Amino acid sequence: MTIAYRVHGVGHRIVDVEILDGISLEIGYGRVLALVGPNGAGKSTLLGVLAGDTAPTGGSVELDGRPLGDWSPAELARRRGVLLQQNAVAFSFTGRQVVEMGRAPWLGTPSADDDERAIEAALAETDATAFADRPFPTLSGGERARISLARVLAQETPVLLLDEPTAALDLGHQEDVLRIARRLAGRGRAVVAVLHDLSLAAAYADDLVMLDRGRLVADGSPAEVLSAERVEEVYRTPVRILPDPDTGRPVVLPRRTPAEADRTSSGDAQGTR
Amino acid sequence: MSTGTRTPAARRTLVLSLIAVLLVGGVLASFALGQLPISPAQLVGSVLRAVGVDNAWAPTDPLIEGTIWQVRLPRLALSVLVGALLSVAGVVMQAVFGNPLAEPGIVGVSSGAALGAAAAIAFGAAALGGWTVAAAAFVGGFLATLLVYATARSRGRTEVVTLLLTGIAVNAFASAGLALILFASHSASREQIVFWQLGSLNGSRWSDVLVVVAIGAPATAVALRLARRYDLLALGERTAAHLGVRVERLRVVSIVVVALVTGVAVAFAGIIAFVGLVVPHLIRMLLGPSHGTLLVGSVLGGAALLVWADLVARTAIPGSDLPIGMLTSIIGGPFFFWLIRRNRAKAGGWA
Repeated sequence: MTIAYRVHGVGHRIVDVEILDGISLEIGYGRVLALVGPNGAGKSTLLGVLAGDTAPTGGSVELDGRPLGDWSPAELARRRGVLLQQNAVAFSFTGRQVVEMGRAPWLGTPSADDDERAIEAALAETDATAFADRPFPTLSGGERARISLARVLAQETPVLLLDEPTAALDLGHQEDVLRIARRLAGRGRAVVAVLHDLSLAAAYADDLVMLDRGRLVADGSPAEVLSAERVEEVYRTPVRILPDPDTGRPVVLPRRTPAEADRTSSGDAQGTR
Repeated sequence: MSTGTRTPAARRTLVLSLIAVLLVGGVLASFALGQLPISPAQLVGSVLRAVGVDNAWAPTDPLIEGTIWQVRLPRLALSVLVGALLSVAGVVMQAVFGNPLAEPGIVGVSSGAALGAAAAIAFGAAALGGWTVAAAAFVGGFLATLLVYATARSRGRTEVVTLLLTGIAVNAFASAGLALILFASHSASREQIVFWQLGSLNGSRWSDVLVVVAIGAPATAVALRLARRYDLLALGERTAAHLGVRVERLRVVSIVVVALVTGVAVAFAGIIAFVGLVVPHLIRMLLGPSHGTLLVGSVLGGAALLVWADLVARTAIPGSDLPIGMLTSIIGGPFFFWLIRRNRAKAGGWA
């Protein structure tokens, strides 16, 4: 396995709060790595560190054997693509124009001849061709998410960092996004995705990294990381882990008592708000 | 697209050509019309003679000759330049703030520049030549831009409410400063300062035109070079950075460009509001938001708008010269209303 990222002892502190603390991991090419953990665990911050947005206050990060800080923005843009959670676009650019912007890092390089093909391929891959010529601000949340993903795909970088790429998507498109991630890994790319749905992460990721309150609590295959005890401890809710009948990969189900499921008996005002 | 089979490129050529025709028409009309009518033949003759071709069309009356070369031509040149530069300032500001409401007049950059210029006049610095007033206007505009930017921008976003409130505060402070200078200065400078607040192209000189070109042309060239990066900035600052844009540097350069072009326009033409808002907005509706085309269209459109506006200012009421800033606000105010209403209807406002 060729290593994309080497993260060693990374910490990030804002004033007195440790957002990240002592994170060490390796991210390989040809693999899908899912970053999981509860809200506020530091997943997005870690992704920001990998993207080069946030300089960690401690530790070191290397991309392709070179310290991340030594990369120029233009070099980095040809090496890693980033999809953020929020993807607003100021002004009425069309979807296709937004995807075209993903080709900006290749301007003036021989790869620029490939722009048209890359844009069409990315739109086809995310199932976004049908609405690509509409203004971005008029698209639905899911359509925006797919156009934004297409922009990152069109960038054609060996490394992809995706922050909750499935957040705005319906069940079918969530699966599509992870299938795309798998295909990219199959072509030798490194894909890092922040995911909230543990079952989705377990179904598609090669490696799972679980964070909790800024610390890395587990790093390994989905089956190794997702034990019921660990998930219950980190997420503070009872769960049951079942093997997927088809793939054998772990499926995480929250345990609910019959009383909780039965609204009529509890009359819980908060729950029916 | 509503234009049927027409390609975007053909549409762009058509729209830009129409704006160019509008500009050329305005230029020709401005030459001919005024207190002293000048025929096209006299104009052509005079221009030919100036380049060394003697001809029968050239005006024999030195008054006409003087009107062409010392009054109309510099004023026309200045209105073209100021219109173009105010539009460039609008486009660049809107790109950096990611917001179509950012405009030098509205957020207070113009009044900051006017305060700088007024201070220079009142303290007698104007005696050192046109550059001094321009420099003072630049400093005022630059400080105002920095202040607005620092206040209204946070975590890579501009909140519209904060942006407009900052504009109100900067405008209020600048007009108070202007009032103070007005109060404290001699009647001669007082008159000159009043002219700034209203905006006028009356009394334009070739030396003014020279200063405006010297500063405006390079600044516009820089903005054009940055056009592609402004497109990326529409994705948000972090995403633009992920695509290789050095956002911090882009911001600083852009703020300097805005302050330079606004400062130099305000120094010689006073406060002419709404041009930087109306023109880029219309061009965006016609040609889309890509900043390369938008800048070219706005330069032409801004020049055309100001040429026609100045023609109206000179000729609407015989024998008097209306302040052009008043005219553009008469058009721009209602337009602003329409913009707000339209946006409310479409997207529920700018909260």
